[in-house]
Amino acid sequence: MSGWRRERAARDARIEAGRAHAAGKVVAAASVVDLLEAILRPGDRVCLEGDNQKQADCLARGLSQCDPARVHDLHMVQSGIVLPEHLDIFEQGIAKRLDYSYSGPQGARIARMLYGGQIALGAVHTYLELFARYFIDLTPNVALIAGVSADREGNLYTGPNTEDTPTVVEATAFKNGVVVAQVNEIVDRVPRVDIPGDRIDFVVEADKPFYVEPLFTRDPAAMTETQILMAMMAIKGIYAEYGIRRLNHGIGFGTAAIELLLPTYAERLGLKGKIATHWALNPHPTLIPAIESGWVSQVHCFGSEVGMDRYIRERPDVFFTGADGSLRSNRAFCQTAGLYACDLFIGSTLQIDLSGHSSTVTQSRVAGFGGAPNMGSDPHGRRHPSDTWMKAGREALVTGDPALMRGRKLVVQIVETFGEKLVPTFVEKLDALELARKLKLELAPVMVYADDVTHIVTEEGIANLLLCRDADEREQAIRGVAGYTEVGRGRDRAMVERLRARGIVRRPEDLGIEPLDADRSLLAAKSIKDLVHWSGGLYEPPAKFRNW
Amino acid sequence: MEKLTFRHATKKPLAGAKAQAITGVVASGNLEVLLERALPPDACTVEIETPINGYGDVWEAVVADFVARAQPGGIRITINDGGARPDTVSLRLLQGARLMEV
Repeated sequence: MSGWRRERAARDARIEAGRAHAAGKVVAAASVVDLLEAILRPGDRVCLEGDNQKQADCLARGLSQCDPARVHDLHMVQSGIVLPEHLDIFEQGIAKRLDYSYSGPQGARIARMLYGGQIALGAVHTYLELFARYFIDLTPNVALIAGVSADREGNLYTGPNTEDTPTVVEATAFKNGVVVAQVNEIVDRVPRVDIPGDRIDFVVEADKPFYVEPLFTRDPAAMTETQILMAMMAIKGIYAEYGIRRLNHGIGFGTAAIELLLPTYAERLGLKGKIATHWALNPHPTLIPAIESGWVSQVHCFGSEVGMDRYIRERPDVFFTGADGSLRSNRAFCQTAGLYACDLFIGSTLQIDLSGHSSTVTQSRVAGFGGAPNMGSDPHGRRHPSDTWMKAGREALVTGDPALMRGRKLVVQIVETFGEKLVPTFVEKLDALELARKLKLELAPVMVYADDVTHIVTEEGIANLLLCRDADEREQAIRGVAGYTEVGRGRDRAMVERLRARGIVRRPEDLGIEPLDADRSLLAAKSIKDLVHWSGGLYEPPAKFRNW
Repeated sequence: MEKLTFRHATKKPLAGAKAQAITGVVASGNLEVLLERALPPDACTVEIETPINGYGDVWEAVVADFVARAQPGGIRITINDGGARPDTVSLRLLQGARLMEV
């Protein structure tokens, strides 16, 4: 055997062992455990596709039922820790090491297991960062992925939730790895080929359709006047002033309120066509009224959203769709788009400190990063100008030759000063630091670093951190919008008024906004049912959002 | 359950002639505010019943800012709190003052 083909030979041996449990490439759901025990080797790097939304749940159940005497010490390299099985395998000794990105639904349990030493943690990554490492030093030996349907040759239709699949398969299939796909059904001809069959080694017909987490649905009925006020300030004080056309929104209620104010409040300000036209965004149901009112030119999606499929099919001028008509999402490309082609990221967070560092880590929950640190960062590799980017660049402190000034991406945190159960959003010290100390992490898990943040919006006002010239100004600008939290009450009132005179801190009245006008009547849709009406009946909300 | 009372002197009476107004609801994260024109024109009192203990200094700051801003002279305010955040309290107080001014 040539010394240059050992990986290839190992792959061939795994596939031959797996074939014993397959008819061609097709494996029955009942044989999943046998298949996995045949193709996996102790210590393998494995991507068990757990995306932001789509979950290879049938394969996850199979892996958790493998015999730890045969399958053990796996190194899991997957973006999402979402299902209980994703952590069960660490308790059972099947898996040992973990490199991942996002663990929202399992945030509390993963924190306990990290404290208990049951998981050997490599790092918590951003999506792009983990995807990048798939091609350098975390290439999977085996990928266990999910799609809607496949033919017997393995040609795969991922459906609207393509998400991470092409990236995972690219890294695994072209570097001597084995790819197993679970599908909801095996068909004679797939609606479109998202992954060519020669990259798929085994196809498992799952016992039930794969699970998709509805993450991006915000019920307008739960939107508060405070969130509406913050949205009004963001639209008038940031979107209008910087002329933001290319953008990405986080998933909180504040940004959902902005989406619902575009066809009403923003339209009355004469901003249609001038802001919010090009998006890197999941198909948020709350964007439907803006789309239907002609605000939105196009939207590229990381993934899909439960209930939006029919609507998207009927709006191909807006969304990226395949020849079959359904949405084509792609997390790696959309993250790249959000990083390099958007002029603004706006999102929420759980804690902000006196410099503007923010984190979603609390001492009892480790939610991971997902994509926010990429979207919420100023990419120094950007080389194309836009009016928005250049204006922000001019506001920032320019050091050196002004002729060599670069632009700045706008990174905006939109937060209420108090969160759930009156927990303050503004803190002197991030919980992330305590977590890093307890877990002996080299790097404290900061979501967005202070030097990337340009604005903070709260119900009290907007702090423009670009215009701050030293650390003192920055601290007082942050305290100046921190409301009645301890951080807010600890402000130097005279200095905050001086910052206000320079436009660094701006109150609603400075923007010509009357807080009492922040009324739910401004929302283009006041309920999920209103969104269904806006969509002409095409949006089909999941049961948990229906109350009719 | 905690009971708090704050008394403030104001520079002027609240505009309008409405005798009484009520805004908000007693619900989780919300509050009910009752305003009555029942005091001398240079005085304002705010009585609060809240299920959450230990936030007296926050209430004090919210009420002081409201009085400075709205100058609600002559008004007795009674708050039934359902655990509202300070920004919601501020908003309801200002909404209540506006209702009294018509």
